[in-house]
This record gives sequence, C-alpha cells and structure tokens, in this order.
Amino acid sequence: MTSAIVKVFVPRDSAALAVGADEVAEALRHECQCRGLKVELVRNGSRGLFWLETLVEVQTPQGRIAYGPVEAADVPGLLDAGLLQGGEHPLRQGVTEQIPFLALQERLTFRRVGVIDPLSLADYEAHEGWAGLRRALSLDGSAIIQEMLHSGLRGRGGAAFPAGIKWKTVREAQSAQKYVVCNADEGDSGTYSDRMTMEGDPFMLIEGMTIAALAVGATRGYIYIRSEYPHAIATMKEAIARATAAGFLGDSVCGSGRAFHLEVRKAAGSYVCGEETAMLESIEGKRGVVRAKPPLPALSGLFGQPTVINNVITFASAPIILARGAQAYRDFGVGRSHGTLPFQLAGNIKHGGLVEKAFGLTLRELLYGFGGGTASGRPIKAVQVGGPLGAYVPESQWDVPLDYEAYAAMGAVVGHGGIVVHDDTADLSQLARYAMEFCAIESCGKCTPCRIGSTRGVEVIDRIRFNRNNDQNRAEQVILLRDLCDTMTHGSLCAMGGMTPFPVLSALNHYPQDFGLAAPDQAAA
Amino acid sequence: MNDLSLSELLAAHPPRDGALLPLLHAVQEALGHVPPAAVPLIAEHLSLSRAEVHGVISYYHFFRSSAPGKQVLQVCRAEACQARGAEALLAHAEARLGCASHHTRADGAVTLEPVYCLGLCASAPALQINERLHARMTPAKLDALLAKEGL
Repeated sequence: MTSAIVKVFVPRDSAALAVGADEVAEALRHECQCRGLKVELVRNGSRGLFWLETLVEVQTPQGRIAYGPVEAADVPGLLDAGLLQGGEHPLRQGVTEQIPFLALQERLTFRRVGVIDPLSLADYEAHEGWAGLRRALSLDGSAIIQEMLHSGLRGRGGAAFPAGIKWKTVREAQSAQKYVVCNADEGDSGTYSDRMTMEGDPFMLIEGMTIAALAVGATRGYIYIRSEYPHAIATMKEAIARATAAGFLGDSVCGSGRAFHLEVRKAAGSYVCGEETAMLESIEGKRGVVRAKPPLPALSGLFGQPTVINNVITFASAPIILARGAQAYRDFGVGRSHGTLPFQLAGNIKHGGLVEKAFGLTLRELLYGFGGGTASGRPIKAVQVGGPLGAYVPESQWDVPLDYEAYAAMGAVVGHGGIVVHDDTADLSQLARYAMEFCAIESCGKCTPCRIGSTRGVEVIDRIRFNRNNDQNRAEQVILLRDLCDTMTHGSLCAMGGMTPFPVLSALNHYPQDFGLAAPDQAAA
Repeated sequence: MNDLSLSELLAAHPPRDGALLPLLHAVQEALGHVPPAAVPLIAEHLSLSRAEVHGVISYYHFFRSSAPGKQVLQVCRAEACQARGAEALLAHAEARLGCASHHTRADGAVTLEPVYCLGLCASAPALQINERLHARMTPAKLDALLAKEGL
C-alpha cells in the first residue's frame, strides 16, 4: 500500500494573502517536508468567510475539513494535532460545507469559488465547466438570447437592465465588427464579488463572455480591470492564456470555426470609469469622460461599434443559465428580481463575507443571521447598501425584502450587492460630507451639476455641521442642500452626480440629529 | 530617464486602437512614473498631441509624473474601511511617518497615498505597502509593519 498524498487547500485570494496566506502555505510546505509528510498543496480561491481567513482545508474521507483563522505560527501545532487526518484542534471548524454561513447559501455563480484551483482547466471541467458554452455552440445566437431573456437575468453591475434585451440589441445591430466588454472596474466600497470571481474562478468569466460573443456575433472582447486588483489582473491574464492554448478562445472556439479573442485592459484608478461610457473612452486610450446617451453603447459602443457591456457577475451567470436551462435560474428570486445575487457583507461586521442568496431575503437576515452583528459589539446604526452612491438604510427598513423594485420604492438601491455596516459611533453628517467630497474628487467634470454641485455640497454640509449656534441659517442651508441634491439628481449626465444625493439625503432624512438638526425628519422638507 | 528602455517600450507597444493606457502602464511599471520628458516621445509614437497624452496622465489617479518614494504606503479610505477606523489609521500613518497624505517625505524614503477601495472590505481596514496587501490593520500592527520595512 502506498501512503496517500493528502490534499491541503490554502487560498490565494487577495483577502487571504492580506492576512498571511502565503506565509501559512510556506510554513505548511516546510513543516511537512521536515516531517516527511506527503501533501499536495492547492492554492484555491476564497470561500468568502473572511473572518476565518486564512481558512485551511484538508481533504478527508468525511469531506473537506476547515481550520481557521490559521496563522503561520499555528502550523506546527495543527500538524501535531493531526491536521492531515482532520484532527481536533481549537481552530477546527468542521466540514467546510456544513459551516452555517456557507450551508445556508444558494451558490450558483460562486459554486466553484474556493472549491477548485482557479487556474486548473481540469478542475474547471470536472465542476460543470464549459457545459454552458458547449450548449451555446449547439444553438444559434437568437436561441441563446432567448435563454437569457427567459432567465430574467438583469445586469448585476448596478443598473439592473435586462441582460437579454441588451444582447438582443447588439445581435440585431448591423456591423462588421462587434465587441464584448466586461466592466470589471469594481470600484464600490463594500464590493468584492468581481475580485473574488476573477481570482477564484476566472474560466467562468471567460466562458460567459464567450457565450455572449456567440450570441451577438462578436469576435473581440476586453476585460477592463481596475489597477487596484493586481492579483485579479494576473489571474485573468493567465487564465486567458490557458483557455486560448486549450482552444476555448482564439480563431476557432472549441473547433467551431467561430473566433473570439479576449484581452485584459488595466484601468488607472478613476472611479467614474466604472460608468460604461467612461470605461469605453478609457479603453480607447482617452480621459475617462462620460458620453451622452444616446447613442446606446449596444449600437455605438467601443470604437463606435455595437458592444455588449456587462459586469463580471452578469457574464459569469450566463454559463449556468445555459448549462442548467433558463427556467432553473428563473425559479430563484422574487417578483421581477430573478436568480441570485452575491451579497457582500463588509465594514463593521462580525462575520464579514460573501453570501450568495436568491433575491428576497432581508437586510436584517444578512446583518444578523449571516453577519452576526457588528465586529465592535456595538449596535448597528446605519447600513449603506449598493456602494458609495447607495442610500444609508436605517433599522426601520431592514425588513424590506432585497429586491430591485422594493428598494427603489424606498429611495435606495441594491446595486452590486455591497453592504457596508456602521456602528453607533458613526457620524452620518460626516459620511454625507464624504459622499459629496468623493463625488468632487472623482467627477469626470463633463457636466456642471456633478462637477460644481459636489464642491458646493461639501461647503453646504460644512455650514450645517459647524454653524450650530444659528438655527435659522442652518434651516436655510438644509433647504439649499435639498435643492442642490435635486439639481444633481435630475441634471447630471451619469450616476456619479445623479446618485450622490442617495447617501446624502438618506443620511439627512434618517439621521438629522447627526447634522445638529432636531428630529423629526420632515422639519426641513 | 533611461532612453534605451523607453524606446524599447515604445517598440513593444506599436500604435493600435486604444494603445495609450497600456503604454503608460508599461512606462510607469518600468520607470516608476511617467516622466514629463517621455510625453512628447509617446505622443509622436502614437500620433497624438502632447496635450492629449498629458491630459490622460493627469486625469487618472494611478499615473504619476514624478518619482515616488523608495517605499509606497497606500491606506484605503473607502467607506467600509472608514467603518473600521481607516481615518484614524491614516492620521496615525501621517504622524508616524512625518509625511502628509499625497506626499513623498523630504528624504524620499516613503510616499503616503490614500486610495479608494482595495477590495478587502470584509477585512477592513486595509492597506498596501510596496505592493503587498495587509488587512485587519491597527495602528500597533502598522507600527510593527513600518518598523519591519525600516521606516
């Protein structure tokens, strides 16, 4: 009998690297060598249970057993305790898939993330990889689009426009050259699902973009990735090289005779380039200034040609829709919000991490059921949902189901699924000021409401915050701020200026005492 | 500036659709910044005006026109990190290093840059030093880290 080689998983996700995963991997390699133990070290993505990173897993007959949070110094003790057999240890978390945070999820797009070696084509194939692409190759473009339409998938980047309709528009446009562009400029605070996908399951994004290319008749694609994500950039580039070498990309996708070439473009730290037209300008080599719409990018996009633009999770949802059928995907969710969304718990939260669930659960379930309350142990005061342009949601609204329409009805956005938690030490007037300051720094400058309005917004909020002895003046400034927000909402060219009022007004309406104003909310309205 | 390496970079990035950003990234990767003297050469290479090239460099936060310090400390100040004390951490870094945000210290040893979102929002606050990420940061852990880097 030969002694079996034990598989040990140590994540290579940025969030694991940031707490010492490389050091843990090195300690394991070194200790096992010294002790004559045979291990196969796999550098997987992250399961998204970030308070347990570095989460080390060992393959045992009972399944994968998790240990975390592991530091390099823990490694000898873990091996003494029989790590390789799944032995008892204070850091042992049990069978990974049975950890409640994970067991209660509905993972579709994230089903492989943290499970497989991200760059192993064999691993990908063995876990339902390329099944969607193979089915797409057996269909014509309009049948692929029919699947996308029926799935009910809406863009996961924030605007929530139906993906199938966008693809249909591009398919029907007449042009010799069409493009598929992935907007991976995930700049919103509290969001990291794109990063985790690109670092943890890059072939899924490649497969999804290739399906889109087949559907609309595009032959070239770009993935625009933010410069703050060097690990995602490196992983995507390597994955594209391997997929191309294996024939999944290139002049003849899977021998079909249909071409699709894919390339990574590195962004350069401009938040507004997450807006699709600013991103196109950036890929074209220009300042990332937004374009007026129309024309729609679907008709006149990159280099003036018809272009499908979606974010990472939207494209990454296409393979499973094709592989399992649109109805299977559509059956998840509520109302007109079909499928799942990877919600991202962040900020002051005890169990921060990625929760993929069907639409329809509530913020309270996420904050307490999954998140376990604040990390500081203090009460939760405000939760910003949907990124820096999303509203601060007060406790009175935590039982509203997470659904695009329900959130829009209360003046909030689901966006990209980012959830940033603040405890009761947060000053919402300071956060409102920050929202205006952020808009002033990141505005592309093309339209006046955003460029000038945000600068004036900072000044007005300062006058409200610091002019505490003059109630009448403060009341006037509040009226001015509301007027300014109205102008920005209705007069801005894109979401940068148009949505900055969401955090500002929600802070003002729900937390007036932080502005030195006497509640109730309606006083200044 | 090393003319040889710049001409090599230009040769490796022939004019094509959207060539400017990849070229600027290559220049900054090789030289640490995009020197003003490189602007006319890049402009000529891509048949652009100098104003267009300068406009792009100055528009994007990522590109630098002057050399950074020997070490670069980036502290995330996005909302998720703020919720875990990022502003205090940044103030601590400024005091500890004797260097204001967005500046390079007079001795050239370090550049301190606030950044917006490193994607480590569930492990906040986060920072990056010399292209290595660190999460769940505290002022005490930052002190230890800086001491290890000789700062």
